[in-house]
Amino acid sequence: MTRTILKVDTVSRVFPGVRGGAPVRALEPTNLTVAENDFITILGPSGCGKSTLLRIVAGLDRPSAGRVLLNDREIKGPGADRGMVFQSYTLFPWLTIAENIAYGLREKGLPKAQRSEIVASYTEKVGLRGFENHYPKQLSGGMQQRTAIARALANDPAILLLDEPFGALDNQTRSLMQELLLGIWERERKTVLFVTHDIEESIFLASRVIVMTARPGRIKADIPVDLPHPRHYRMKTSPEFSSLKAQLTEEIRAEALQAEAH
Amino acid sequence: MPRPLEPVSQGTRVVLGISFFVLFVAAWAVATLGGFVSKTFLADPITMVQDGWLLLTRFGFLSDIGITVWRVVGGFVLAALFAVPIGVMMGAYKPIEAFLEPFVSFARYLPASAFVPLLILWAGIGEMQKLLVIFIGSFFQIILMVAVAVGNTRRDLVEAAYTLGSSDTGVVKRVLIPANAPDIAEILRLVLGWAWTYVIVAELIGSSSGIGHMIIDSQALLATGQMIFGIIVIGIIGLISDFLFKALNRVLFPWRLA
Ligand SMILES: Nc1ncnc2c1ncn2[C@@H]1O[C@H](COP(=O)(O)OP(=O)(O)OP(=O)(O)O)[C@@H](O)[C@H]1O
Ligand SMILES: [Mg+2]
Repeated sequence: MTRTILKVDTVSRVFPGVRGGAPVRALEPTNLTVAENDFITILGPSGCGKSTLLRIVAGLDRPSAGRVLLNDREIKGPGADRGMVFQSYTLFPWLTIAENIAYGLREKGLPKAQRSEIVASYTEKVGLRGFENHYPKQLSGGMQQRTAIARALANDPAILLLDEPFGALDNQTRSLMQELLLGIWERERKTVLFVTHDIEESIFLASRVIVMTARPGRIKADIPVDLPHPRHYRMKTSPEFSSLKAQLTEEIRAEALQAEAH
Repeated sequence: MPRPLEPVSQGTRVVLGISFFVLFVAAWAVATLGGFVSKTFLADPITMVQDGWLLLTRFGFLSDIGITVWRVVGGFVLAALFAVPIGVMMGAYKPIEAFLEPFVSFARYLPASAFVPLLILWAGIGEMQKLLVIFIGSFFQIILMVAVAVGNTRRDLVEAAYTLGSSDTGVVKRVLIPANAPDIAEILRLVLGWAWTYVIVAELIGSSSGIGHMIIDSQALLATGQMIFGIIVIGIIGLISDFLFKALNRVLFPWRLA
């Protein structure tokens, strides 16, 4: 059994009601243990609290009850040990691509020479060579998200949190980005928590898929994915992949129907 | 007809911009030279240029211009130097905002020109008084506008900075300030325009130099050509400073145009 890196301990989140309305129970008490080098995808219908859970792990939101432990230390706020890639484009528009990737390193006070070395290696890894001096506005959505991934990775976080990072991309680009991210993970063995509502994506990337229920969110199933690595996009048509997909489709469909009924 | 929001080429822009000036002067020339308006009230463009030439060559108007520019820039820079940091802190830290915002909002409506008589009592009619009028007129406006801009910084950028390991001061210095720098420059450009109004008012009362003083002097002589020349000079200086500000912004904030 590998070392536990992240422990979500009966974490729940209730948002106060808006203008006298009833409070929103976004997340029911949730437990989750993440082992080192796990690639966990969190799959669930819209509004089930996936982002809420991820933001609590990132320290950007506080749980109403329960706590999150990273390497046995309770999370009190955001920090460089948890890299985050957001659903929306959050590159700093006043910095070039290279400066964006270097942001965290600069905050750490790393000397310039080391910074540019790390930046060069990550620009290479996410395929952005030649765009170092462009501004985010000059890049496509896919390139911006690749930069955001590089920016988070360059900081060498203990765990990488991704909130539907490819949600706004077209199918082809999304598929290429999945392979890129998986390639990096296979080589560097980062610990990853990846939120998505795309079933295929959740299987293709994961070593474990966590399925969440419709609101109020709760973990409904925890399904290991034992497909071999390195994975290739052709795997998406294999029988093992298809049977997992069928299983998850059933799980999610039940949730979507229930969400509909609410 | 162009479609809404459709851009025009640089050449067309310049031609259109200049042609309105031409139209404006033409209408003025027709009204005055055509005898539709009495010369006592409004000088014609030719008289204005002649009077202006005389002012510049014989009456040392250039030093008046210099003094006025110095006053505006001096008072304005002084105000900006204090107001921008206060505005940034107000936008960034809500307790500071809660503490200062009500007073600043109140002070913002105190008309700087109404302070002129009071300031003459306090500071005499020297340079200090002129600078103070401009300072009072600009200071509170800048604070409030900068605070609003900083307070509206995209939250997701701030959050991204925190997850990359920024400290609170890191967020202020490396997110809030650079994110809003172009807006702050724009605010300064706008307020500088207002500062020009205050300086002229300050110079109309109790002053022995400056463009405003010249205008008041010319009124006694019914020299409308000189008065109009003074007003036009202010407009031209405004135009130049605007142009410089915009050029500077283009150099400082290339990412805005990217
Ligand atoms: N700041 C907030 N204030 C009040 N309610 C909130 C807030 N943030 C989220 N919620 C509510 O919590 C629930 C879960 O939101 P969350 O963003 O976590 O969903 P999600 O699973 O990420 O959905 P999606 O897939 O659409 O991004 C939603 O019903 C939402 O309305
Ligand atoms: Mg979400």
